[in-house]
Amino acid sequence: MDSFCEDETIAMWGCHSSSKEMFEAIVKKHMKDAYFIALGLVGNHEDALELSQEAFCRAYRNIKQLSSEGKFFPWFYQILRNLCFSHLRKRKVRQASSLDGFEQDKIEAEVHHNFDPEVVAERNEYKDRVWKAIGRLDDKHREVIILRHFQNLSYEEISKILFCNRGTVTSRLYYARKRLKEILDREGPHPAGTQKGGQH
Amino acid sequence: MTCQDYKDLMMAYLDNELDNQQRLAFEEHLASCPTCAKELKEFEKLKHLTDSVTLVEPEDRIWEQYWNNVYNRVERGLGWILFSVAAILLTIYGGFELIEEIIRDQTVGTLLKVALLALIAGLAILYVSVLRERVYFWKKDRYKDVRR
Repeated sequence: MDSFCEDETIAMWGCHSSSKEMFEAIVKKHMKDAYFIALGLVGNHEDALELSQEAFCRAYRNIKQLSSEGKFFPWFYQILRNLCFSHLRKRKVRQASSLDGFEQDKIEAEVHHNFDPEVVAERNEYKDRVWKAIGRLDDKHREVIILRHFQNLSYEEISKILFCNRGTVTSRLYYARKRLKEILDREGPHPAGTQKGGQH
Repeated sequence: MTCQDYKDLMMAYLDNELDNQQRLAFEEHLASCPTCAKELKEFEKLKHLTDSVTLVEPEDRIWEQYWNNVYNRVERGLGWILFSVAAILLTIYGGFELIEEIIRDQTVGTLLKVALLALIAGLAILYVSVLRERVYFWKKDRYKDVRR
């Protein structure tokens, strides 16, 4: 994937006038990244498609807020992630109300059930488990895992689109991976063999 | 440096994000610290496993229709805004016309006229109250000027 943090400024695209043709070119350039990031954040194809398209729609309406020297993708990424996280919160609230009186664990389980293994290529038991375990991470931890492993972004690029420093990225990745390992270990032995005594 | 400091380097080492000097310093530490060496080995396995997960590429028709779907959303959004504004204006206009007609009508009882006026006054108070609350919170919103 090309480095979307080094992408063109709005001035270079020449589309501060929100021209349809220019925005079409931007959408076509970034649609796959937007879809796959959304997929990593919300876990299923339908929601990822819907949310990534909605994010472009909002970006189009608000593109005048972006300064002419502003880079499109880091700005757009904020819209996309806020939409995805807000969608997850609403999903949680909906499921909490439908499971009225049930314990928190059950709600969490329902939320993460939406991490559909159908979207995993060349599936096997372990890949499915990793995907579901990623779905059980906190939003911020899941986000860095997605950006690093699925989008192959460097630490520098991650820090640019998250508007944080490199140290924060490193530390967040450390705790994200640690948590991921804990979840996988808790659910039984896996080929990573990270569980004490767990062998495959 | 403590093991905790090296833990920060561990992720960058794992992801090949260290410069030569940092890499050598970290490898030197690994050679003398079995705890960090063990942890790194576990993280390496986890990284390998996570990297093995790839996601299904949607069919071509999804990408072919993608821009049209985005544009339709933009267009429909604009349509809905215009429709809503027009509907509100027409409802207000129609409402006032109707109320004026009822109030001028000699055959309509005073009680109904008073009730109508009370209804309008109530709606006006509610509207002003909500508007004032919104303006109050908007002024207090610390993030309103944040532009990314």
